[in-house]
Amino acid sequence: SSHEHKLNFRKSKEACLSYIQDALLQKQWKRAAEFLACYVESLEKDYSREHIGPSEMIWRVGTEILWHHSQSSMKEFNCFMEQMKTLGVKRYLKVCLEHVFHLLCNGQIDEAYQNLSLAESWRFGEQTAIQDKEMKLIEAYRGLLDYYSWSKQKNILLEHSEDGFSDLSVEQEMHGYFRKAAVNLKEIIKIPGVWDVFVKCLVDLLEFYGDHDEARQVLNEYAYNSKFPANPNAHVYLYQFLKRQGESKKSLISALKILHDIVPSHELMIDFNTMLQKSKKRKKRRLGLEVIFAALDYAGWKENAKAWSCLARQVKQIVTSEKHLDWIKQEWNSRKDWWPAFHFSRYLAKRNWQENKNLSCEKALVAGILLGKDCKYFKYVSHQGCKAQLKRFRMLKKFVNRHNPAYLRISG
Amino acid sequence: QDEILCNFWRCYLQKSKQAYCKRPAGETVKALSVCESSTDVDSDPERPSLLHLLSLSESDGDLQTDCSFASSVSKVSDSTSVYSGSVDGSLYSMKNQKEKLRMTMPMTLSFCYMALLWLREPITLSELLRFVVEGHIPYLNVFQHFPEKMKLCGLDLRIFCVESWPVYEEVFNKMHELAAFLDLPRFPDITDSCFLHPDMLCMKYLMEANLPDELHNWTCRVVKKIGIGEVDFLTLMPGNKSTRKVKYDVLAAAVIVVVLKLLFLLDDHYEWLLSDFAEERNKNNTEGGPYFEFKKWYEVVKQSLDVEQKKLDEERAKYLWRCEKPLFYSVKNKSKVLKRRQMVVNLQNQFGKLSGSVRRAEKPNPSSFQLSWSEENTDGSCFHGHSLKGVLQEKCGLLTAMNPDYWLCTVKLCNEKLCGHLAHYREVEFPQSYHFVLGLFSFLLRIQPSYIHDEVCMIEHKLFNKKLYKKLKYNTVLRK
Repeated sequence: SSHEHKLNFRKSKEACLSYIQDALLQKQWKRAAEFLACYVESLEKDYSREHIGPSEMIWRVGTEILWHHSQSSMKEFNCFMEQMKTLGVKRYLKVCLEHVFHLLCNGQIDEAYQNLSLAESWRFGEQTAIQDKEMKLIEAYRGLLDYYSWSKQKNILLEHSEDGFSDLSVEQEMHGYFRKAAVNLKEIIKIPGVWDVFVKCLVDLLEFYGDHDEARQVLNEYAYNSKFPANPNAHVYLYQFLKRQGESKKSLISALKILHDIVPSHELMIDFNTMLQKSKKRKKRRLGLEVIFAALDYAGWKENAKAWSCLARQVKQIVTSEKHLDWIKQEWNSRKDWWPAFHFSRYLAKRNWQENKNLSCEKALVAGILLGKDCKYFKYVSHQGCKAQLKRFRMLKKFVNRHNPAYLRISG
Repeated sequence: QDEILCNFWRCYLQKSKQAYCKRPAGETVKALSVCESSTDVDSDPERPSLLHLLSLSESDGDLQTDCSFASSVSKVSDSTSVYSGSVDGSLYSMKNQKEKLRMTMPMTLSFCYMALLWLREPITLSELLRFVVEGHIPYLNVFQHFPEKMKLCGLDLRIFCVESWPVYEEVFNKMHELAAFLDLPRFPDITDSCFLHPDMLCMKYLMEANLPDELHNWTCRVVKKIGIGEVDFLTLMPGNKSTRKVKYDVLAAAVIVVVLKLLFLLDDHYEWLLSDFAEERNKNNTEGGPYFEFKKWYEVVKQSLDVEQKKLDEERAKYLWRCEKPLFYSVKNKSKVLKRRQMVVNLQNQFGKLSGSVRRAEKPNPSSFQLSWSEENTDGSCFHGHSLKGVLQEKCGLLTAMNPDYWLCTVKLCNEKLCGHLAHYREVEFPQSYHFVLGLFSFLLRIQPSYIHDEVCMIEHKLFNKKLYKKLKYNTVLRK
């Protein structure tokens, strides 16, 4: 007969672990500690083949408990982390790094810096090569803390220069931090990954010292190198940099193009559309229409008056010129089934009118053109607007009525 | 009991030819520790002197130089990595299909139980195993009690380093194999004045399950009717393959379950109806004790059971398997093991302090009863004195059960020799009340409900023997 119900070491510890998990989920730190104290003897049998072995489990669980437990001190926490570092050499740098994060969360920047420096000097045979990635991260974070120190010095310097002092020692310290920071930050961003915070700091440094070419190179690499994971922020940073540099609309537009592809609902789409609308090139204007329609597909933009005003402006312009009505028709084709309920219901008409008259006016124009003057939204809003004797609504009504044929062409 | 045990042990050594003339000391000292660990908790342990034992063993044992001894030495010298502190540790680890009765930690318990049975001590196998798990009998880290000279390392670890709790069936089966192997004669009789007799055990379990004392009449009737109280049935006759081996504790529990089924049917309907009926009658009941109400009993017992089960589950999760004295395979990894041990102790202290509760320093004394109910409680939570009149009726001057029906757990019994069980228990196929009752005794005896279910099936088939072979295939509900 099988003895699957037999209680043995492994099952006992598995049960113990599930009690720990429950306690953690319910934030019962004392109870979790009680069971963890019973679990730790798993270390003496640490050759399990599970995905996460006992030593890693103890490290992670213990960290959580000590971090949140009311009676646990930072001193105890640090002591525990030091023990964990000795437990698994394959995890040494990871543990160091996470310890540093906790120190930073606790505001202990100096201790964090010390730990990072200590970890940087760690060598352990072939493990050093295996844990190369963690080492790069450690160097990068030290670079980040150097940037932070640089930033502090820079502020002191600016203050002093305002007061008319010139402080050579501060300046020299500042340059020193810059050099240290730049070296490490440049290293980490060579590796494909998401390094937003490092990139921002590096670009800040480079811009301060006037090295715009290198900054541009860094940002281009970060945004366009296919080895790096698709990251909307990379394009945002590039765009912001180019704007600061006063680059031409052409380069600004090309910077935002990929952002539109990856995140059509990004808040910069308004800027993007605005630039595109004004372009002399037909293709760009066409793209602009596409961009603004795409943005308004997202629920988060439903009440965004600025977005609606962009769309309204462009629609108005197209309708007035009577050229490229087919553009609107194309965009509307895939949306005519669901936009009416999504944006132009009677309920929304009422609500928009009550909450935001601007919004309702812009939307009404769009609705009037896309759905005709008899649609619910337009009728309600324009009626309310004229009743309230607001000039813009009278003009709105006139415009839509006059251009009703355009609607007919779009819908037909 | 020590003498009995030692006699058994010597006999075993003889039979399995494990006594070597060159180094008998290792074996006999092992025997000594086993003896020490088997002493009943209540009595004072008698410790025979080591010398006495040594001399006995040397003179009585079959001390031939076994040829296997010589071969084992050569094997040890071939593989230098194989290292053990005892002479035959390596032999033990080599898988030998023929020798099924090699000594293991659970086997030590089989020896103990055998000795206890021989002496007809008032302790059942389930109790013995419970005491082991609760730590009253050294088992888990028994090497802590070894004399200084015996150093445990290498392959011995696999034998003495316990990583699981012994299972009832395993210990039970091995004991019977052992008894046959040692060619023991018929054991001393188990009569109706013995603790292990079903009537006695039923009394104990009825008390512990908080059931009315009056049920004892019924259990005795069932026992008598199917003949399981007979001396010949109960007494162990080693080597006799035709008789079914008796699990005294499980049997008694099963009898109670059958009696409950007889009186209350336990089909998830009738017992509650009956309970309501008894409740009504209780309102007009002024004389004597209250009538037993199944519903009230269920609520009280379930509550206690849930609490105790939860405690037990947590205890199981909190077991500490290691002790202060660490084990190591060889001198090489001694320092590593010691460092680990130190770290474990540090972490235990650190998190122990944060746990907020004080761990019991003293282990409570071993107790025979896990659940206790006192008649002095005014909340009416003790049902011992309750009367069964609520579920009985008078017929021809005799009190019989109001319940006319009975359902069999299984119409056909399995062949135990083929599949190891008489029946296969699956919770979903049976009424909840039945499952609850099985669960209650399963908790008390610390065994799986299916074991009790097997015995219940066996009893039912004996009880309704005639009717079963007369009836046609359709009926699973019989009229009494």
